Amino acid sequence: MTTAITVRELTKSYGDLRAVDGVSFDVAEGEVLAILGPNGAGKTTTVEILEGHRSRDGGEVSVLGTDPDHGGPRFRNRIGVVLQAAGVDRELSTREALELYGAAYSSQRPIDELIELVELTDKADDRIVSLSGGQRRRVDLALGLIGNPELIFLDEPTTGFDPRARRRSWDVISNLTSLGSTIVLTTHYLDEAEYLADRVAVMAKGRIVADGTPNELRMSVESDTKIAFDLPRLDEPLVGLLEPLTGQGRGRGRRVEILTPAPTADLAHVTSWAMLRGIELEGLTVESADLEDVYLSLVGEHEDLEDTEVSTDTEVSTATEGVRADG
Amino acid sequence: MAERLGASRAALVVRHIRAQNRIFWRVPIGAFFALFLPVMMLVLFVALFGSDTYTTEYGEVSRAQFYTPALAVFAVASATFTNLAINLSIRRDEGILRRVRGTPLPPWIYLAGVIGSAVYMAVLGTVAVVTLGVVAYGVNIEAAKLPAMLVALVVGATAFATWGVALAALTRTAAAAPAVANAVILPMAFVSNVFVSFEGEAPAWLLLVGDTFPLRHFVISFGEAMSPFSQAPAFLPERLAVLVAWTVVGALVAWRRFRWEPAVGASPTRGRRRN
Repeated sequence: MTTAITVRELTKSYGDLRAVDGVSFDVAEGEVLAILGPNGAGKTTTVEILEGHRSRDGGEVSVLGTDPDHGGPRFRNRIGVVLQAAGVDRELSTREALELYGAAYSSQRPIDELIELVELTDKADDRIVSLSGGQRRRVDLALGLIGNPELIFLDEPTTGFDPRARRRSWDVISNLTSLGSTIVLTTHYLDEAEYLADRVAVMAKGRIVADGTPNELRMSVESDTKIAFDLPRLDEPLVGLLEPLTGQGRGRGRRVEILTPAPTADLAHVTSWAMLRGIELEGLTVESADLEDVYLSLVGEHEDLEDTEVSTDTEVSTATEGVRADG
Repeated sequence: MAERLGASRAALVVRHIRAQNRIFWRVPIGAFFALFLPVMMLVLFVALFGSDTYTTEYGEVSRAQFYTPALAVFAVASATFTNLAINLSIRRDEGILRRVRGTPLPPWIYLAGVIGSAVYMAVLGTVAVVTLGVVAYGVNIEAAKLPAMLVALVVGATAFATWGVALAALTRTAAAAPAVANAVILPMAFVSNVFVSFEGEAPAWLLLVGDTFPLRHFVISFGEAMSPFSQAPAFLPERLAVLVAWTVVGALVAWRRFRWEPAVGASPTRGRRRN
């Protein structure tokens, strides 16, 4: 199997912030890698360095045998880039934009076929300015594919979509994977990574904290058990609850979840803690951990995650210019 | 780079000029300022000030004879300087320039398309104003001075196109670009014989201000080539030299400061997010 991308000890800082902090991974030819993580994890920075959009501070990067820093037109002729936020001349129609940008590539995918692939056949001759947010994202995708790329970068291809539009985009991307393209995509949706990718690299705070197939990731905590319950009050003091546990606890509102390799002992501790304080643990469940639990425990403390989820929503609504329901 | 990728460079430049022309016509506001407004101003000014003549040091000329070259030059400045400053900063903020850098298209070809289209519109504006002046108001043009008209047009359009790019390079966001461009070009027009003629009666410092900036040199160079009193070939080399000097400075500014990436937080609706 040939390697399409090699990354070793990649670093990039913005001022004091170490956005990418020693990242290493490989992508094989024909493989679909999802870089999964919350906002601010360093996903986009990593991908933009691979695309040649951003310079790195340190480390080794080889993309299709080229250092993307010195790639030039010949390098960009072989890759397809779908940036997270890149405009297009909105007064042009999708077809006109594809003709215009396609002309610079040495080989082009047939435009009608491409328009059909991204399901914009009815809208191909409408000005892009009149398209919905989801449709424009598919124009982005088509523009990324026009040059028949060996390697495709998709930076959060479905962020801000409604569920139906996401499904449709997933189908389009799945089609690409079945054509044998190598794809690197970033996402903060676990289900997206699981649905589309052969391999998932989980990124948090500039580092890759796990790397494997969705199954391998699941296996890595297969033995873990999740103990979950609701506190009676949001401000219930947690003194004495979490410290003695073997497992890792996290809270979401009143809900507390404990991921543990030692469920018997931890459950005993939790119940005795509650009995001592005379509180009832509503909705108490004990079950085996799923992939989402793995992901949440990997990307770190739950408070952080809550913050990012909130900021994700606000960012999305502003970043994609009033994304409308796709239709 | 020796290896050819897609279409040839010349073909790509032409393709991009044509695409930008298409975009230009689809956004009525640009066409209004660059083409319609100068023509309308010529009609209005002649209607307001009548067809009476005024006296220059050489003799009597009609108002239309004064306004036609002045407004033709103003059309050039709008189509190049103002339009480029605004359009390029919008295209930067929207991430279009950024997208271009992710494709094998050499970025200068995209830039050449935008500039080429602006120059094309400048020529259209000039032709519209001069044609109206000649046909409707009997303004003088002579075949022997056409080369001087053309040279003044090319040299002036180049200077103002260069400074349009330079201004886009100097403005951080597209929101600021129209205000800055107009704040530069309108006061300059008032001291540059575009709207009012002043030679003898204006205060010296105003003449000095006018002579410092390129617009007055452009207006006078072009006007000289249309003046009934000038001798063919009617070139004004010193004034053209000032325009060339401004072009060189503008090119340096553009070269050093032009950015392809949107400024961080430039446009909350379409800007880039860093992840």
